Amino acid sequence: MDRPLTQNIGPGKSPPNMAEYEANGGYRAARMALLEKRPDELLELLKESNLRGRGGAGFPTAMKWSFVPMGKEAGVNGAGDKEFGPKYLVVNADEMEPGTFKDRLLMEGDPHQLIEGIILSAYIIQAETAYIFIRGEYTLSAALLTEAIRECHQAGLLGENILHSRFNLQIHVHTSAGRYICGEETALLNSLEGKRATPRAKPPFPQVSGLWGRPTVVNNVETICNIPHIIKHGADWYKGLSACEDAGTKIFGVSGRVKNPGAWELPMGTSAREILEDYAGGMCEGYQLKGFLPGGGSTNFLIEQHLDLHMDFNTIGQAGSRMGTGTMIILDDKTCPVGMVRNLEHFFAQESCGWCTPCRDGLPWVEQILVNIEAGKGRLEDLEVLNDAVYALGPGHTFCAHAPGAMGPLESALRYFEDDFKAHIHGKCCPWA
Amino acid sequence: MEQINALSPQEIAEIEAEASHYEQKQAASIEALKIIQKHRGWVSDESLKAAADLLDMSPAQLDGVATFYTLIFRRPVGKHVIMLCDSVSCWVMGCEGIREQLQKSLGVGYGETTADGEFTLLPVTCQGACDCAPVMLVDGELERHLDEDKVKQVIAHYGEGAGKTDG
Repeated sequence: MDRPLTQNIGPGKSPPNMAEYEANGGYRAARMALLEKRPDELLELLKESNLRGRGGAGFPTAMKWSFVPMGKEAGVNGAGDKEFGPKYLVVNADEMEPGTFKDRLLMEGDPHQLIEGIILSAYIIQAETAYIFIRGEYTLSAALLTEAIRECHQAGLLGENILHSRFNLQIHVHTSAGRYICGEETALLNSLEGKRATPRAKPPFPQVSGLWGRPTVVNNVETICNIPHIIKHGADWYKGLSACEDAGTKIFGVSGRVKNPGAWELPMGTSAREILEDYAGGMCEGYQLKGFLPGGGSTNFLIEQHLDLHMDFNTIGQAGSRMGTGTMIILDDKTCPVGMVRNLEHFFAQESCGWCTPCRDGLPWVEQILVNIEAGKGRLEDLEVLNDAVYALGPGHTFCAHAPGAMGPLESALRYFEDDFKAHIHGKCCPWA
Repeated sequence: MEQINALSPQEIAEIEAEASHYEQKQAASIEALKIIQKHRGWVSDESLKAAADLLDMSPAQLDGVATFYTLIFRRPVGKHVIMLCDSVSCWVMGCEGIREQLQKSLGVGYGETTADGEFTLLPVTCQGACDCAPVMLVDGELERHLDEDKVKQVIAHYGEGAGKTDG
């Protein structure tokens, strides 16, 4: 099985330095592309590859990039694109989705892979400055990336006139200081400008007016890490890696009461059961599966009947959830589902930026109701209030996707675990306490 | 008395180096606050005013930034900062029990510092190490697979280290 993203990553392996990365075929895509391919040719290849963003939303990457304005002379014979002033590439390395630990793996395991992806991506949109927006706690990742950037400058792969292609690129590592909302791409741009991380209205979209009003592309770490491999091996190879209509591989993960929690690169579309049973080793002794969040804290619960579904954007979407980041969080039978949702809503209430009222005021209200129910002080009417909140804080009623994301686990828990909510209310205590 | 309020030449140099990466100086505001915190442990009003001057911002504007981001401390903290992950995977794996143990053995709640100034205890969101849950950060270092014994060891380790430097 081809595992391009993690070919250099494994237990006991230290992250390859420049020489080791190159010895394994690294920077061949960048060297070839910058000297032999035009940006528009590479964008076409990317479009054929059917790569979809790995940050959670699954938006087609080539389509996102196609909205970036390109000057008439953009990248022709290596000349830069000055027509629209500076353009920016921003890598979203603010991995903060609860239960998600895949970008850390990629950055700590193979930092040069991300740097090569950035060089290629920036070349395609003709951005001469790239920022890696990385969460403050990921100090090891930040240090490894900074060192990889230094090595690239020495090797002439970054800086002015890279490989005599006339393409220039600087990459800066920007370490953040907390707050989940920074992962929302327009909030991230405000944060990168040194402001409070409140989201911006769209349109205009960042590709047209992003960082300091300049054309800007924001993409997740895992997405960018795919680029060198697609350019090196082609679109057909990339599509062939997958077990479904979404192309490529995906870093899947499992956490919770399983025998072997971890993250693995597998064909996109691998079934949830295979990930849980074959890779995570199944449930721990004495624990049974009660439900799972397929791709992080903002995805809707699924239950045992969904285990044979393929983990890809469309299939999981049709089942009423989202594949999200692809890192599953397991709810076992000895853990209270009301408590788990209360924990999630506490997170979302705390992490609301406070910009719009439904989110700022609604989420703490939801949390408080859940606290009461868990403590045996709930009333049946509370369930109606929670269902109303699912609507009032849902898609279209808030400024950004934060509160709708928070409603995912709540809405699905109210459906699948209704009896457990009612048992708390009728029994006036938590059955799991 | 030692001059502690104005920014040191080292801090100014580090902030200006960060500011040079951006079209506008203000973009270095979060990094400026982190640089101050790295050198002083926290960000005082005086340091904040000096950094605001340096970045052509008003103190209120910079304080709005400082108070938004959770990893910026606007109050003094202990010699060691313990941040316990309270997000979903760590919760499923028992972080509530770890919190009770920490609060009992340190004698402080969240947001408080021990009377001897050794430890500050804070909650923190998902650390992206969910396969090693429950986890906590101590002075930025990740401590994985926490259980009662591991927590005892970690507290003893940091407590002793502090004792030696004091001695």
